[in-house]
Amino acid sequence: MRVATPGKVGVVFVSHSARIAEGLVELARQMAPSAALVAAGGTDDGRIGTSFDLVSSGIAEADSGAGVVVLCDLGSAILTTETALDFLDDETRERVRIVDAPLVEGGVAAAVAAESGDDLAQVVSAAESARGAGAGAADFELAQEAEASATAPVASAQAHSRTVTLVNADGLHARPAAELVKLASTFGPKVTVNGTDAKSLLSIMSLGLTKGATVEIASDDPEGGAAVDAIAALAESGFGEA
Amino acid sequence: MGLDITWAVDWVRRSADVISEHRVELITLDREIGDGDHGENMDRGFQAVLPKLDDLPAGSTPGDVLKLVATTLISTVGGAAGPLYGTAYLKGAVAAGSETSLDGPAIAAVLTAARDGIVMRGKAESGDKTMVDAWTPAVDAADAAAASGADAAAVLAAAAAAAREGAIATEPLVARKGRASYLGERSAGHRDPGAESTALLLQAAADTASASAGA
Repeated sequence: MRVATPGKVGVVFVSHSARIAEGLVELARQMAPSAALVAAGGTDDGRIGTSFDLVSSGIAEADSGAGVVVLCDLGSAILTTETALDFLDDETRERVRIVDAPLVEGGVAAAVAAESGDDLAQVVSAAESARGAGAGAADFELAQEAEASATAPVASAQAHSRTVTLVNADGLHARPAAELVKLASTFGPKVTVNGTDAKSLLSIMSLGLTKGATVEIASDDPEGGAAVDAIAALAESGFGEA
Repeated sequence: MGLDITWAVDWVRRSADVISEHRVELITLDREIGDGDHGENMDRGFQAVLPKLDDLPAGSTPGDVLKLVATTLISTVGGAAGPLYGTAYLKGAVAAGSETSLDGPAIAAVLTAARDGIVMRGKAESGDKTMVDAWTPAVDAADAAAASGADAAAVLAAAAAAAREGAIATEPLVARKGRASYLGERSAGHRDPGAESTALLLQAAADTASASAGA
C-alpha cells in the first residue's frame, strides 16, 4: 500500500482483472517511481469484475488533495467508478476525474505527468493525449521497428527534418520524454522522432534512446517547421538537465 | 391499499429466490452475448442482502429496504449490473422517501426514479438492447395504471407484464451498449440478460404485492 504523495496528483487503475491493474502500476512505476499509483482491479474476493469498495478505497488512498485521475477498462469499470464518485463528498468529488483514454498508454502518460508534479488538468490532458489517432498497438510496433534502427535513422524525404545527438547522461528517460511529448502536443502538425509519433509518450519511451543516440525530428507537414525546430532545440539543450 | 415494509422485505426475499432459480438461465443468456457472469453476480448480490434484512431496525420503511439492497448490490455484484441495479434501487429509495406505505402513484414514482437512475448511469436509450428496454415499458405501464386509479399491486402487475414483453422484444435487437455491443449484428437473436433479470425482479414485486393484498 502506497500512500498519496503530498501535493501530487494520484492515479488509480480500475480493471476487471487485478493482475492487469497491478501490472499497470508496475509498468508505470518504472517511469514514475514516486507518484501515488493505485491498482483497483478485480472484485473484493479476487474474481474478474470491478469492486465499488476497492475503487472507493483506491481513490482515497491516491488522494493527497491535489486530485486523482482514474483510468478504467471495460464498461462496468466506468459504471462502478462513477457510482463510487457519487458516494464521495462534494469537495473530494471535485478533484477526481475519470479519464477516457487507453488504459496502458493513457495510464503511463498520466503517471509520468503526476510524477513530474503536473496539476490535475495537466495530468488529465497527458492521459487524453494517448487517445489520439496512432496511439495503440500499431504505434507500438512502429516504435519497436524504430528502436531497431534507432542509432542509424534512415534519411527521409520529410518537409522538415532536424537531426540532433542526445546529450542526456541517462538518455531519453521518463522526464525528458514527457517534456518532449508535452512540447510536441502544443503544436498542431504531426511530428515524428525517429519515425515514431512525438505526441505518444509510450512510443517515445519505447525508442530506448541512450546518450549519444542520433535523433531525427521530422514532420511531413509543410506547417511543421516550427514544431521540429522547437523540439530539436529542446533536445539540444539536454531537456534542461544535460 | 398501500405496500409497506412487510411487502418490501418479502419482495427482496422473493427476488433472491427467483434470481437463484433462474441463475443458470441468466448465465446462459449472458454467455451468448456477454461475459456470462450476470446470473452468478445477481445471485451473489441478492444472497448477500438476505442476512442483512434481519438486521433492519424496527420502524424501517420500504425506502430503507431499497437502500439496503442498493448498497449491497453495489458492493457485491462486481459486474455492470452492480452499479446499474444499485443506482436503480438507490434512486427508488430516494423516491420512496420515509413513507411507511406506498400507494399506486408512489410505486409508479419509485419505478420511474429507478429507471431514470439506470439511464443516467448506463447512458443507454430504448432500443439499445439493455435492461432499459424492460424498464421503460414497465414505467410507462405503471404510470398509465396509476393514472387510472389502480392500487399499488395493480400498478406493479402492469409494470411486470410490460417488462416481460419488453425483455422478449430485445431478442431481435442489435446491441448498442454494454459488452454485447462488441458482437454487433451477432447479438441479434438473443434476449438481453439484464432485461430478463429486470422482468424477473418486477414480477417478484408484483407477486408479493398481490399476495400481501390478498392477505
